[in-house]
Amino acid sequence: MNLLRRPWRLAAEASALLIALVVAFPLYWMVLSAFKPAGEIESTEPRPWTLAPSLDSFRRVFGQQDFGRYFVNSLVVACSVVIVSALIAFLAATAVTRFRFRFRTTLLIMFLVAQMVPVEALTIPLFFQMRNFGLLNTLGSLILPHIAFSLPFAIWMLRGFVKAVPEALEEAAYIDGASRARFLWQILFPLVLPGLVATSVFSFISAWNDFLFAKSFIISDTSQSTLPMALLVFYKPDEPDWGGVMAASTVMTIPVLVFFVLVQRRLVSGLGGAVKD
Amino acid sequence: MTSAPHRATRAPWLYLAPALVVLGGLLVYPIYQLGLISLFQYTQAQVSGGEPTTFEGFGNYSALFSDPEFWRVLLATVLFAAGCVLSTLAVGCALAVLLTRVRAVPRLALMLAALGAWATPAVTGSTVWLFLFDPDFGPVNRILGLGDHSWTYGRLSAFFLVLLEVVWCSFPFVMVTVYAGIRAVPAEVLEAAALDGASQWRIWRSVLAPMLRPILTVVTIQSVIWDFKVFTQIYVMTNGGGIAGQNLVLNVYAYQQAFASSQYSLGSAIGVVMLLILLAVTLGYLRLLHRQGEEL
Repeated sequence: MNLLRRPWRLAAEASALLIALVVAFPLYWMVLSAFKPAGEIESTEPRPWTLAPSLDSFRRVFGQQDFGRYFVNSLVVACSVVIVSALIAFLAATAVTRFRFRFRTTLLIMFLVAQMVPVEALTIPLFFQMRNFGLLNTLGSLILPHIAFSLPFAIWMLRGFVKAVPEALEEAAYIDGASRARFLWQILFPLVLPGLVATSVFSFISAWNDFLFAKSFIISDTSQSTLPMALLVFYKPDEPDWGGVMAASTVMTIPVLVFFVLVQRRLVSGLGGAVKD
Repeated sequence: MTSAPHRATRAPWLYLAPALVVLGGLLVYPIYQLGLISLFQYTQAQVSGGEPTTFEGFGNYSALFSDPEFWRVLLATVLFAAGCVLSTLAVGCALAVLLTRVRAVPRLALMLAALGAWATPAVTGSTVWLFLFDPDFGPVNRILGLGDHSWTYGRLSAFFLVLLEVVWCSFPFVMVTVYAGIRAVPAEVLEAAALDGASQWRIWRSVLAPMLRPILTVVTIQSVIWDFKVFTQIYVMTNGGGIAGQNLVLNVYAYQQAFASSQYSLGSAIGVVMLLILLAVTLGYLRLLHRQGEEL
């Protein structure tokens, strides 16, 4: 689809490349600063390169007590949320697309409305709930709410994928003697996997990003804390250790970047599939 | 949509059970509790059991509504969110169109850069942007020749800096979604319009925008919801709401009331107000869907 004449297309391509540079610049600066030696970071004439890359900032970050543990905690939280909410959402999306039953539309509207709930506002009641169940200062207090919050969007998004699987396939499976469970897990599940991948991106990010709940629910046992909290050890508003902040930021961003690059294709087609409907 | 083959009554509920249990316990019940707490007197004394909880009725709300600070924060929240939504949509849509006009290499470059920004966690993005705009060590002031101008000192410039970060990390969702939508529009339609001599702007307005309307509605609503509840960026970038609370938004305000001042009831009342505002937006969205004849 080339609707532009040559000079215009070249101009468009040049601006696309320029914009890509601007958009990528913060990440470049983050990684660059993480590798700069201390003297260069605190220079009032910052240079866009470094001649003496150093691992000092990373050493400081990993030398900080428990940083590795925070990393693992974050990973545990994000992965639990992704897996559990994907499974639950798959079942729910199947129910609302492949069955006709009373209250189906009501439920769908409720899932839509649930997406709009400002979850941050629920920090207060959740705090008391977690306290009553003795979950404060445990990873469970971060995992459980995030499963609930990513579900409505996941169900909504998966709906399109489940719908796209032809009914005839299901009938054929039953005629061949497959049980409903067998159809669900061995036929339908693999077919909607691309949709599940796209969905997981959103639940992964929301759990990996979590700052407010970690700040509010992990209060006394810091060994149960997650990466955002570890990062803020280095960021003291009055006197930030910029090298440490940038190194910790780099470590925190890389897993998500890797995840994104791995699922990139499926994410784009997944979003297309979800919105086309 | 094809008709579903099953009319079973039990099976769908079996499939839905896990979702309903989780949502009931961790979403619906907390909302009920939020409303309840907002009607009581609930501070540190009550939490520790030192004093009995007393029913306040709408006392917390009248205290909130008679506080000029609340109205100032509400106005700031709405304006800030509106600024973020409009900028995100404008940038996202413009770049989505640009993506369809370029060959593979520039497209991949822009796509990867955008995915990088999208993948950046909110806390990291916030600290990185602060560092970029740092008055002493950041490159931006050097490039713009601003000396040691502090971006977080003034109210508007601090909001502006947060807005830039929010747009940076949220335009990719809009760009990728709208791009996927444009790709689904048959090429012949666009070629026909171009042959008829329509300008790029005209093609967008009269051909693409109407076809993309369902997608545009989705990304607009998502942006409204996300930007109305921005927490991390404001909290980190303005150090908890700015100098003397000049950069507070409702979310951060509620958090400060509840967890810093132990005014759990006031915090909950602010939460209820946010909930109602977003509910109103949602209902408006549902009516829009209904008018467009979308089937759920």
